[in-house]
Amino acid sequence: MNEHAPLEPAPLEPIGCQNAPVLRERGQHEVFCGLTGIVWLHRKIQDAFFLVVGSRTCAHLLQSAAGVMIFAEPRFATAIMEEKDLAGMVDAHDELDREVGRLLERRPDIRMLFLVGSCPSEVIKLDLSRAAERLSSIHAPKVRVLNYSGSGIETTFTQGEDACLAALAPEMAYGEDKQLLVAGALPDVFEDQFARLFEALGVPVAFLPSRRSDELPSIGPNTSVLLAQPFLNETARCLAGRGAEILPSLYPFGEAGTTAWLRTGADVFGVDDERFEIVTAAPRARARASVAARRKRLEGKRITFLPDSQLELPLARFLTEECAMVPVEIGTPYLHRAHMAAELAALPAAVRLSEGQDVERQLDRLREDRPDLTVCGLGLANPLEAEGLATKWAIELVFSPIHGYEQAGDLAELFARPLERRSRLAGLRGKGPATPGIEPAAPGSGCRRTARACGGCP
Amino acid sequence: MKLSVWTYEGPPHIGAMRVATAMKGLHYVLHAPQGDTYADLLFTMIERRDHRPPVTYTTFQARDLGSDTAELFRRTCADAYERFQPEALIVGASCTAELIQDDPGGLATSMGLPVPVVPLELPSYQRKESWGASETFYRLVRALAQPCERTEVPSCNILGPTALGFRHRDDLAEIERLLGRLGIAVNVVAPMGASPTDLTRLGAAHFNVVLYPETAETAARHMERALGQPRTRTIPIGTGATRAFVEEVAELAGVDPAPGLDESALRQPWWSSSVDSTYLTGKRVFVFGDATHALAAARVASEEMGFDVVGLGAYNREFARDVRAAAAGYGLDALITDDYLDVEAAIAEAQPEMILGTQMERHIGKRLGIPCAVISAPVHVQDFPARHSPQMGFEGANVLFDTWVHPLVMGLEEHLLAMFREDFEFNDQAGPSHLAHAVSAEKSLPPDPGAGRADALAGEGGSMPAEAAPEPLAWTTDAEQELKKIPFFVRGKARRNTEAYASARGLIPITVETLYDAKAHFAR
Repeated sequence: MNEHAPLEPAPLEPIGCQNAPVLRERGQHEVFCGLTGIVWLHRKIQDAFFLVVGSRTCAHLLQSAAGVMIFAEPRFATAIMEEKDLAGMVDAHDELDREVGRLLERRPDIRMLFLVGSCPSEVIKLDLSRAAERLSSIHAPKVRVLNYSGSGIETTFTQGEDACLAALAPEMAYGEDKQLLVAGALPDVFEDQFARLFEALGVPVAFLPSRRSDELPSIGPNTSVLLAQPFLNETARCLAGRGAEILPSLYPFGEAGTTAWLRTGADVFGVDDERFEIVTAAPRARARASVAARRKRLEGKRITFLPDSQLELPLARFLTEECAMVPVEIGTPYLHRAHMAAELAALPAAVRLSEGQDVERQLDRLREDRPDLTVCGLGLANPLEAEGLATKWAIELVFSPIHGYEQAGDLAELFARPLERRSRLAGLRGKGPATPGIEPAAPGSGCRRTARACGGCP
Repeated sequence: MKLSVWTYEGPPHIGAMRVATAMKGLHYVLHAPQGDTYADLLFTMIERRDHRPPVTYTTFQARDLGSDTAELFRRTCADAYERFQPEALIVGASCTAELIQDDPGGLATSMGLPVPVVPLELPSYQRKESWGASETFYRLVRALAQPCERTEVPSCNILGPTALGFRHRDDLAEIERLLGRLGIAVNVVAPMGASPTDLTRLGAAHFNVVLYPETAETAARHMERALGQPRTRTIPIGTGATRAFVEEVAELAGVDPAPGLDESALRQPWWSSSVDSTYLTGKRVFVFGDATHALAAARVASEEMGFDVVGLGAYNREFARDVRAAAAGYGLDALITDDYLDVEAAIAEAQPEMILGTQMERHIGKRLGIPCAVISAPVHVQDFPARHSPQMGFEGANVLFDTWVHPLVMGLEEHLLAMFREDFEFNDQAGPSHLAHAVSAEKSLPPDPGAGRADALAGEGGSMPAEAAPEPLAWTTDAEQELKKIPFFVRGKARRNTEAYASARGLIPITVETLYDAKAHFAR
């Protein structure tokens, strides 16, 4: 894939952090659980409904993680377990059957129902696969009922999408046609962009998940899978289990990543260089131009990723290669070396990799590093800004259009904007409290230890 | 099990976080799985706080369940104490940790930490956020407040303001100013801004001002018994209630109420009496929120704005009795529910001209094309304004007038809309001219099945719209035109009534005559 590397001057540092040590930490994880994926998945599969079997906390999370409430009635809900479900006064399975019955009666447009396991349902060992089987037989053939777990004790944030797509794998029909399967919930607009590119390359392509539950693609030994998202480890395992071949690649972020990703797919179908060049030349040029327009604001700026979505490594690679940013620490909730091999090989050898999290220790390191930009969760962003550290909300990278050529500039813009905003407002911020009634935060104020013990306190 | 789409309240440990985050020097160690940290963003994003909430989560995962989660809790607790050096700790479990029964309270109190440790038992599968805040505050007060000598000058504590409260910051400033004018000293404000040490001197006050019964009434009752401190009952929202509040605190403090009744900055009574406000008379409003704010809003709407209250309800059952009594006074049955879909159906049925509600009702209003002003938590980021914008006190009364009138079509404009209904660019679908974004009620409604949903839900059991909908009755073109001249917020009802009247009498197709016959029939 080297011949498709960007035509930028190579960074001076040695490249390739496959062998770099990884800092593994246990402690407080400042991350979402896998239920959060429902916020975008329920919009992607238009005749599916996601029913979380959980607690009031789960319902509250879904409502809060969405940032704002969704205007239309969402295709998700929570069956909130109550005292009597736990005390065994009622049979939780009977209760679930009743609620599902009411739900399907009210929403006759639903064709696929996901029962989504949560922390409490896992802890009390409520068998949702048995429930899904039973409910499927009750509501067949109109509605298929599947299940997966989005619980925090088993999944981190985007692993919820992974678990959902993995649950779809056994539902796909067997087929022997030679085809490319793109896995990962992409916004419809990029799915269409990628579909056009592959069509122009003469590559037959299908997408998982499909927009409607009855349009799931087929799968078989002649299916080659390109992962559009870097967090689909379980999905990849299940698709491989159906006989498909998983194609390792860079992920389609930025001009270089997208080109490498398309090339990987095209190679399987014997697309020649000339054709590839004809199809991709124009969008590649557009992508490069739009990234170049933002590059001067990002060049040389130091960036740290706190663990969040598993997008951290591919995005750090894009920012390093195409925007000349300098990664300081790249945290990821989970590092799958096989699926990240190409990404690791493209990152500077000197970068600090961390997996898992102890948020307090990580913030100590962050205050010592003081990068120009920190990619973090919503719970940390304003407190870090108040300490003078510019931040980018990680969740926006999951919710925003960032894949492919046409969005490469937008992706760079997501990182450039917080820096741009700070420079525009440079004269504005005084010493007043950011939250009136609360004393202004001093650097390192989350920590009351002595300066000696805490690297961040001046 | 209960199906929930949106919730008015989070679980009870969120209530505990609202107390802990409002205070200083207190730290909360929460036994909770990975993912429960989402709660931090409520405070840092919605309220724009510049600090993380003072909460440490144990973050247990599936693999920990087989080993020793209790040891994980002990280690987390020790680390949190070491790092944050709080004056006191509260400890408890979130919903999942409650199931694994590690007893965080017992574990933490046996660790020999050199500061008070207050265990919280917040049953997640029975109780909700407001109760959790109330219980947490009560436990803290019970553990820390001691009888002590009263201050020499008349003084009070102000109880109830928390993090994420609706306008608590501004209400507090307003009430402190009012008490200052009366010469009443404020001994401790809690939870907002108080440290655990401050709570130990609560007993020095002569009485307690309870601003938000949802969070402070339990603690205030305890202090009444244990510390002999009387408490206020009046919630100073609106002109009348503020006057009554001044009299009440003056009496408790034994001071002259006159300085507190200085109304030189109070404009709401005149704004409401001036002739321009005549158009507000009889505006039909639907009120829903927490019990305290809903009761206050209904009273202000009825007595100080001249509105008609056509619906009144609350999502917290703890104060349901008061809401039922007040609703009866307006000739209504109170709506006590935390089911968003029930509230939406009730609003669709009542067809009010305005909603006074929470952020949830703002969404209902958007769907139904009904303007909404927010009067109660839960609220979103836009309900934490940069400017001073209290609900309480005389300035609060001014704010209520402004914010409730703003979403409405203004007086003469309303007449013009009624007179020239068929003007192609000036009609009742245009919305208030000063709100450029306010799109028409009917145009903004999504196409079926969304639009028909509220109606379908109103029918018991929620049958499928397609099956439940009867054959549409025929209307003559003239009658259809005439129907369009009826204001949009009652048009649906007029159509239903007319069709019921016509089909009962076999008057098909419906003519202009039938329309007015039906109007006369239902007007009796």
